[in-house]
Amino acid sequence: MQTNFTEAQLTDPHVAASEKILRRCVHCGFCTATCPTYVTLGNELDSPRGRIYLIKDMLENDRPADREVVTHIDRCLSCLACTTTCPSGVDYMHLIDHARAHIENTYQRPLMDRLIRGVLVAVLPHPQRFRLALSLARLARPLAPVLSRVTALKPLAAMLELAPQSLAPVAKAVTVPVEKPVRGRVAILAGCAQPVLDPGINAATERLLSRLGVEIVVPKGEGCCGALVHHMGREAAALDFARANVDAWTREIEAGGLDAILITASGCGTTIKDYGHMLRLDPAYAEKAARVSALAKDVTEYLALLDLPRLAPQNLTVAYHSACSMQHGQKITLQPKLLLKAAGFAVKDPAEGHLCCGSAGTYNILQPEISAELKARKVKNIEATRADLIATGNIGCITQIATVANMPILHTVELLDWAYGGPKPAKLSGVAKA
Amino acid sequence: MSDAIAFLEPRANVMARRSIIIEDLADMLPPECLVHEARELVPFETDAFVAYRRLPLAVVLPKTTAQVSAVLKYCNRYGIPVVPRGAGTSLCGGAIPQEDAVVIGLSRLSRILEIDTFNRTAKVQAGVTNLAISDAVSPEGFFYAPDPSSQLACTIGGNIGMNSGGAHCLKYGVTTNNLLGVTMVLVDGTIVELGGKHLDAGGYDLLGLICGSEGQLGIVTEATVRLIAKPEGARPVLFGFETSEEAGACVTDVIGSGIIPVAIEFMDKPAIEICEAFAKAGYPLDVGALLIVEVEGSEAEMDAMLALIVEIARRHGVKTVRECQSATEAALIWKGRKSAFGATGRIADYICMDGTVPLSQLSHVLKRTGEIVEGFGLRVANVFHAGDGNMHPLILFNANDPDEAARAEAAGNEILKLCVDAGGCLTGEHGVGIEKRDLMRHQFSKADLDQQMAVRSAFDAQWLMNPSKVFPLDGRPETRAFSA
Repeated sequence: MQTNFTEAQLTDPHVAASEKILRRCVHCGFCTATCPTYVTLGNELDSPRGRIYLIKDMLENDRPADREVVTHIDRCLSCLACTTTCPSGVDYMHLIDHARAHIENTYQRPLMDRLIRGVLVAVLPHPQRFRLALSLARLARPLAPVLSRVTALKPLAAMLELAPQSLAPVAKAVTVPVEKPVRGRVAILAGCAQPVLDPGINAATERLLSRLGVEIVVPKGEGCCGALVHHMGREAAALDFARANVDAWTREIEAGGLDAILITASGCGTTIKDYGHMLRLDPAYAEKAARVSALAKDVTEYLALLDLPRLAPQNLTVAYHSACSMQHGQKITLQPKLLLKAAGFAVKDPAEGHLCCGSAGTYNILQPEISAELKARKVKNIEATRADLIATGNIGCITQIATVANMPILHTVELLDWAYGGPKPAKLSGVAKA
Repeated sequence: MSDAIAFLEPRANVMARRSIIIEDLADMLPPECLVHEARELVPFETDAFVAYRRLPLAVVLPKTTAQVSAVLKYCNRYGIPVVPRGAGTSLCGGAIPQEDAVVIGLSRLSRILEIDTFNRTAKVQAGVTNLAISDAVSPEGFFYAPDPSSQLACTIGGNIGMNSGGAHCLKYGVTTNNLLGVTMVLVDGTIVELGGKHLDAGGYDLLGLICGSEGQLGIVTEATVRLIAKPEGARPVLFGFETSEEAGACVTDVIGSGIIPVAIEFMDKPAIEICEAFAKAGYPLDVGALLIVEVEGSEAEMDAMLALIVEIARRHGVKTVRECQSATEAALIWKGRKSAFGATGRIADYICMDGTVPLSQLSHVLKRTGEIVEGFGLRVANVFHAGDGNMHPLILFNANDPDEAARAEAAGNEILKLCVDAGGCLTGEHGVGIEKRDLMRHQFSKADLDQQMAVRSAFDAQWLMNPSKVFPLDGRPETRAFSA
């Protein structure tokens, strides 16, 4: 569609990039149909097309963000279902990233909102702080119903309700001997929130890969991928996280070479695959970041390359929940299901699989009402499959769905590890393997 | 922004009362059902005919028929124009508002009310999307037949407003042939029920009148539609030709010989390339034109019909015939076709024409269309419902170049006149909206238009409903103000 920017405005590379994105949009409206917030709220303003229009209007007029625009941009899950649907290939992800950064730079949020966001940014990306916070949250949990009665405090209530009842102990570094011959050398992102919430995921990954003859390295200095702050519009902080990881992996690439950088949380994968774009304007990092992005793979993408043997069918049906960051962010749809099928599981696709479960990073804390509606809809669709358990590839979805689903939910790789000779996941203690 | 097509001047007395009107609407509706902040109105200023834009006075998003009725009654009493809006996917500007209008958006009326497979009907609210009906009844083995390419997003209310068609309408008919009943709110707020669960509503064919009335006779809030049992099997087959003329002549012959497949869709070379880039459906890239012909029924039925079509295609020099091998492949073939307009955004801005011509004129009109667009120094991609003779030339241009935009509109007008002159009409399924409004005189005499406007006046004496659309702005009848 037509855009209206001056030459001067277009000298800003961020504006120029957004202008290109806007020019692609033909305003056909297809994206509205698969947008979880439009489907829930029924308002054009809470659809991708509406947000694109709000952003266009704000950027063209060089206007600081205001309450109305922020309300509707904040409601976006960044699930990217719209980018799967969009026939003309509008790069909505980078447009909304730009808008979020613009909001952060030009808009002052109400005090309570600022405080809650400040806490999330200070705690979540740092495993030790997060672990401590979760212990405190368990003590404060009885306060949740009281807090949820005050609009501004609802995010606090949501936080308390999401905190798991118990935490797994800190994962001990277990070295698993690698089967010879060595088939590859990979780094696995340790991550930030995932090892605190569920250390079993990376442990399963390491066991499985080691048995398959893949050497695993744990580069020093690697940390949170930056997705969390990135989605809050805190661009500088996000780029700092990105640079630290690029440095850590680059040292490893230059030392011994890496076949892949594996990510076991698809939310992080989407961001790491975007490092090349995020750091494109930083001459010191652009090239290194692009190399890192090219090596980044979801663990199931990598496993799919290893030709795992086909196992006899077992009497367990898995409902596969495709995380938005997996299916829309990284466009990985087939590999996880094919791996599960090859491992002997019957796999079912829940209806409305394209719709987000409402987790979406910190969305379930910052937008608890919409998130709860999406969660209920998702779990209803999953339970309708009458599967025995749920598999997915993102810790956020696992935490979100586990709060209400009446069946166990695991990471795909935990099931694969079990099927290919690893221990039975503790979460499946009540489920028999036939 | 284009301004070749005028809108009505905003009514000064309405504009002057804007804040009072908003206060009154706020009293009538829950807060989340009213949009009136300046920033928030901007995304409602247009639909998929994005070259034209007008900010509305306010937008209401009612959740019930009673709320629609209350808003209409109020607007009618105070002479405030209203513009109905479904999903805002109109390609002719049917949902573009104007400065003095309240937009009534039906997107919150999105519930499927009843599925009656025994009577083969579904009752749905107007904001339910077209595809959602088929999705809901698919497990029972049924579908809703009219399938506009925007069926993923467009609403049944909008389909009724424009009497929408689609690829599969060749066999099953368009919206009007599949609509059994509606709940509709008249401009004064009266709620009426027309038709029911059966074919042929009693009395005058009011459903036929409502269907395609572009939101000017009332606002449909609920619809009862026919469900059709899914065929035993369905198979899209790709026929590649050297030239568009050959493909067009083949369509003419297939229909002329009495064969009615479910769908015959046409794509020329630019359209094939655009769709393949998005859908990766395996369309042949080495042909000049492509027909997607879908046959359905038992294996034997499909084989028999296909053999006849292949024979005709051979007479027209068909280069490649490819039967699709799997359900996945079939889905991709249709995904590519149905995303054609949007996918065109990958290479250029476009406006999409919608003229319909007698089938014998297909080749001629295709050829002339190419010449017309070239004469304006622009490019064209053709992708359309060939079996229905419903042409969709997409005129490609650069929206940031006002001169190109003006030439695109001028070329479009020439093409639509060509369709009328070839014995066809301005619109097959998109509607008149504002896009084709000023061409109505090319199709209709003054007497014709006066009769049509008399019907419109009978429903809406003040001409409040979607007032800038369909009928040329001059030569309209005097409107009389509401008298209680």
